Amino acid sequence: MTTDLATSDPATATHAAPPPLAEPSGWHEIRLTVNGAPVTAQVESRLLLSDFLRDRLRLTGTHVGCEHGVCGACTVLVDGEPARSCLTLAVQCAGAELRTVEGLAPGDAPLTPVQRAFHECHGMQCGFCTPGFVMTATALTEQPQRPDAADVADALSGHLCRCTGYRNIRRAVCQALDERFADGPAGRGE
Amino acid sequence: MSHGPSHAPQQPAPDGGPWTGRPVPRVEDDRLLRGNGRYVDDVALPGAAEAAFLRSPHAHARIRSVDVTAALAAPGVVAVWTGADVAHLPAMLNREELRTPPGLAELLDPYVAITPMPLLATDKVLYVGQPVAVVLAENRYLAEDALELVDVRYAPLPVLVDPDRALTEGAPLLHDDLRDNTAVAVATNVGDPDAAFASAHTVVSEEFQAHRYVASPIETRAVSAQVDPYSGELTVWSNTQTPHRVREATAHTLGLDPERVRVIATDVGGGFGQKGILYVEEMLVPYAARVLGRPVLWREDRNENLTASSHAREQIHRIELAADAEGHLLAVRDRITVNFGAYNMTGLVVPYNSVCHLLGPYRVPHVDIDVVGVLTNTTFATPYRGAGRPESVFAMERAMDRLAAELGLEPAELRARNLVGPDEMPYATGLVDRSGKPQSYDSGDFPELLRRAVAKADLEGVRARQREGGRDGRLVGIGFAMYIEATGLGPFETARIDIAPSGRVKLAIGAPSQGQGHRTSMAQIAADAIGVPFDAVDVVGGDTSATPFGVGTIASRALVNAGNATHRAGRLVREKIIEAAARRLGVPADGLDLREGVITAKDAEKPALTLAELAGRAPLPGTPEPTDGRHGTELSETVHFRPPGFAVSSGAHAAVVEVDEHTGETEILHYVAVHDAGVIVNPMIAEGQVTGGIAQGIGGALYEEMIYGPDGQPRTGTYMDYLVPTSSEIPDLDLDEIHTPSPMNDLGVKGLGEGGAIAPQAVLANAVEDALRPFGVVVRRGPLSPSRVRDLLRAAGRPTTAR
Repeated sequence: MTTDLATSDPATATHAAPPPLAEPSGWHEIRLTVNGAPVTAQVESRLLLSDFLRDRLRLTGTHVGCEHGVCGACTVLVDGEPARSCLTLAVQCAGAELRTVEGLAPGDAPLTPVQRAFHECHGMQCGFCTPGFVMTATALTEQPQRPDAADVADALSGHLCRCTGYRNIRRAVCQALDERFADGPAGRGE
Repeated sequence: MSHGPSHAPQQPAPDGGPWTGRPVPRVEDDRLLRGNGRYVDDVALPGAAEAAFLRSPHAHARIRSVDVTAALAAPGVVAVWTGADVAHLPAMLNREELRTPPGLAELLDPYVAITPMPLLATDKVLYVGQPVAVVLAENRYLAEDALELVDVRYAPLPVLVDPDRALTEGAPLLHDDLRDNTAVAVATNVGDPDAAFASAHTVVSEEFQAHRYVASPIETRAVSAQVDPYSGELTVWSNTQTPHRVREATAHTLGLDPERVRVIATDVGGGFGQKGILYVEEMLVPYAARVLGRPVLWREDRNENLTASSHAREQIHRIELAADAEGHLLAVRDRITVNFGAYNMTGLVVPYNSVCHLLGPYRVPHVDIDVVGVLTNTTFATPYRGAGRPESVFAMERAMDRLAAELGLEPAELRARNLVGPDEMPYATGLVDRSGKPQSYDSGDFPELLRRAVAKADLEGVRARQREGGRDGRLVGIGFAMYIEATGLGPFETARIDIAPSGRVKLAIGAPSQGQGHRTSMAQIAADAIGVPFDAVDVVGGDTSATPFGVGTIASRALVNAGNATHRAGRLVREKIIEAAARRLGVPADGLDLREGVITAKDAEKPALTLAELAGRAPLPGTPEPTDGRHGTELSETVHFRPPGFAVSSGAHAAVVEVDEHTGETEILHYVAVHDAGVIVNPMIAEGQVTGGIAQGIGGALYEEMIYGPDGQPRTGTYMDYLVPTSSEIPDLDLDEIHTPSPMNDLGVKGLGEGGAIAPQAVLANAVEDALRPFGVVVRRGPLSPSRVRDLLRAAGRPTTAR
């Protein structure tokens, strides 16, 4: 059973024994960092990163919308870069530093400027695609220089939202970038 | 990209005025933004088996044999069931949707074929994607491995994809017990249409086709179920829009009392109608949980969602308009064909919506509408945001533009000449509405909607640009479309309010949210009705254990029904609170007021009493004990709101587009939507609903199509070929609104969840045709993809040219 592998606390998620029903293609031990905490886990070679995060680590904030790399709902940051966790195998993340939506404002910490902007601009409705957008927007705000309008449009076009019509998502990302780059290097405008 | 937030955060303390009407920020967001959503697949069910469905690869075939031996032996497989294994369970019917309202039955005598769907196919499969077997395994990987080992032998049968062909004499039958492939049929008349056509100055006859596309929520469908080992209660987590209906159907299927089944729909990742019907998977997962004695989870993949969850929109309209020399409509005749797919899932809902929304905001004295629903070897079609309205609006509004061209009139002017006026409200169309009563538009100001749309879209300016001529093969066009939407479908919705001992208010409603923000907007209504702070209200929706009855969030009905149920329950609880406080304080009830959770005497002599003190947690020292035992939880009310009639929303959309003659690409330069949904409870949420609806409409107008080959094979089964628009395709919209309160309910609200999605296909088709007018192009179907626009130009004799 998948849950034999999982614990709710990634920091203590060390799993030596494979579950009783491993698929035949073999197991690998991987060590990686998830939201700042070290994780060691046994994973099947075909296990998707999205399933590893959701089913094994119980980090269910990363959502799976299409499982073929189009909708972007499953986007996480792998070594700071947005990646589709549904097109990434868990074994590929050995040694990587992973960040998911749960890591942005853990516990009762205040929402990050990106998260707050999605709330204030009503850039979300059902919330299912939101973590993916938030992770991509977070990566945009972490660039050394303000990304230009074309870069932002390009990044957002990697995500599908069926509820909002996108306008308020664009506003939210713009607000977060305004806040982040208010005193920093001038961007080329939105 | 525009700057800044659209709505400043709302401070929690209002200025004493009502919460209704304020853009209160959503209480849902914080949790969702932290990754703490609770969608079906997020619910931890230790030890759950996972289900995977084997689906038919054939559009029409007999099942000769099914061999599950190899699959059963595969690693991790717990069970494999075929149609024979579950044939003892009743086949599935969407009973509520298939019921013909008595008034409609009496007046129009519609035909409705009943086609129960077996939980797993037994002798025949009727569409690609129909469930044939289910594998239950330790996890989804192993379940899907085993699917490949189920050996099914099929004998293919002739395939029907085209509804016209399916109705021809001698066409193969999908359902052997039916006389033909008709799913529904109904006809209606007003006045003397034949005479009106005979005497008309101008008649236009056209055939328009609304193409098939799908809801495509980003969260696919999912169901899990568990039998509680202590209570024996069956708990079902389903991302349904109608949890009480799932409860009834599950109880019926499994032979249980409905009270022994609890259906929970917490966070739902978009529904748009696709999650508003019952599905066989929804019945089989709880069944499996009971048989296996362990939790069971099924999560649909995207290919399954696109090909095998419900489809929508495919209709053919053979429409005729008769007009006098000034363009006044004399009569409308329409022969509507609806492709139902393989099963009649929802009866008259979509076809009859098409009938009673065809005339829209226009005054039409003579009417002749005939609709037939046809069974074909495609995935079943059910309501999707707009539910029959976008299809009819496409036909009617396209026909209006053809009529305007015929008469040499400006299309907006033709519309203006035919609008029902605000002084004519309530306006009777002469048709019968969906509930079987004479159709009545309760309120609205259609001319004002059109005036604003024409002004905002700058019709004169666009015409001036057109006279200057297109540059570099880029042609500008403008289009308009108007609609009405009968919202707030009954029969009822339930709200239950309990004042907790702490003074907090628990509001339970039968209508769950799929992103509409009910926890915010319903709390606004409750806070106003009772007289408590907004943040003292906790809203529970989508849990059948919280309200005894409920219908759901479909058909633009939640705000009208659940909102008014909440309002009434709130007012009744408020009365109870004040009466209880009067007893406690020993003063007459009419001398007390309740605001922001504090009860005060108007003469200011008596001390104020908080709701918490009254509700029993902290009785005031020195006050007499209640002698009748009524305190604390006595402060409760359950209300079923039954709408007396439809609250009619309306809108006028306009689009200015630029069509590239060489590439066939359509760019939206300006999109205007003016809508009327009566009183607005939360303008921020309302704007989001309208915007999202329009985005889905633009998707259908320009990009999205669920395509079948003649062999019944779906050709757009992934997001690589089924094109949901991204941020790059949806421009910022230019929105405006008017407010004519509905007299049908205390709050004056009208539904607006679907409205945005109704007009875009028509308005963009009208705009593209207007742009291509120099070439004599007529747009008869969508989506207006670059290749289809190029086809139209080629057909009009415009040569393919390289730029």
